[in-house]
Amino acid sequence: MASQTLSAGTEPPVFHLKEEPHHPEGSSTALGFWIYLMSDCLIFAILFAVYAVLGGNYAAGPAPKDLFDLNLVALNTAMLLFSSITYGFAMLAMAKGRVGGTLAWLGLTGLFGLAFIGIELYEFAHLIHLGATPQRSAFLSAFFALVGTHGLHVSFGILWLVTLMVQVKRYGLIAANRRRIACLSMFWHFLDVIWIGVFTFVYLMGMLR
Amino acid sequence: MSADSHVAHDHHGHDAHAVAEAHGSLRDYVIGFVLSVVLTAIPFWLVMSGAIENKQVTAFIVMGLAVVQIVVHMVYFLHMNGKVEGGWTMMALVFTLIVVVITLAGSLWVMYHLNTNMMPMQEMSPRG
Repeated sequence: MASQTLSAGTEPPVFHLKEEPHHPEGSSTALGFWIYLMSDCLIFAILFAVYAVLGGNYAAGPAPKDLFDLNLVALNTAMLLFSSITYGFAMLAMAKGRVGGTLAWLGLTGLFGLAFIGIELYEFAHLIHLGATPQRSAFLSAFFALVGTHGLHVSFGILWLVTLMVQVKRYGLIAANRRRIACLSMFWHFLDVIWIGVFTFVYLMGMLR
Repeated sequence: MSADSHVAHDHHGHDAHAVAEAHGSLRDYVIGFVLSVVLTAIPFWLVMSGAIENKQVTAFIVMGLAVVQIVVHMVYFLHMNGKVEGGWTMMALVFTLIVVVITLAGSLWVMYHLNTNMMPMQEMSPRG
């Protein structure tokens, strides 16, 4: 060490990399977005835990059997499933570089998403009309918190989808837009995964209780 | 290999790789969709028709099918496998699942005992 310092002369020692390691723009976005989704997953886990704990506290009010209409839930589930496959087709169209196809499939996905939200709002309005408001019992508070949070996620997903459609229309399938569409794809399919938990745990199990 | 060509190659390779891992194939999506429809239809049918008398058995089957469907979605729609991003997405997923299991099991366990051992509702008479 000593001889090296001597031979190097007056040049000060360097303790950092001379060049930043090269990361292409957006190369870490997918992983970062995935980690965001995992944190979102924790939010839903906590809401599921709350529902699991409080779901039986009806406060002498209505129980799931009195409130839920499984036909409506099945229809809702179908809407979300269809929107998942149409988003998949949008991804395939994007991979082939077809702007029109991508926009069409994204638009169809958005319509299925809107149908889902519409049916959910109809269900909520129906429940509130029956007097089954979030204030009625702990079960209903937990129910509206869990299902409402999921619905809010889907609503923001639709907003994001429309924004991306405008972006794609204006700028085409540039790298940034491809990356964003891939992120929304993860978000959309993730919400479908959460919905599997909701319809199984809240609706189907509720009817069995 | 010069530095320039290496960077260019690296960049191109990464882009192609990223797109390839992001979209999956038509076959993947169709398989995932068909499996999801079947795995959704069975539990709805079981509960709506009451095909199995024992409710506990129905509940277990419904839960099992939900777990299978979640895995199907992860594999065919989210293209989850141990190789994406050098295994880091899988690592994050496993970590999250552990936290989720602890949260759910812990909450249920603690609150169940809290409910059974405390709060004797019959004796809680309203006292102004």
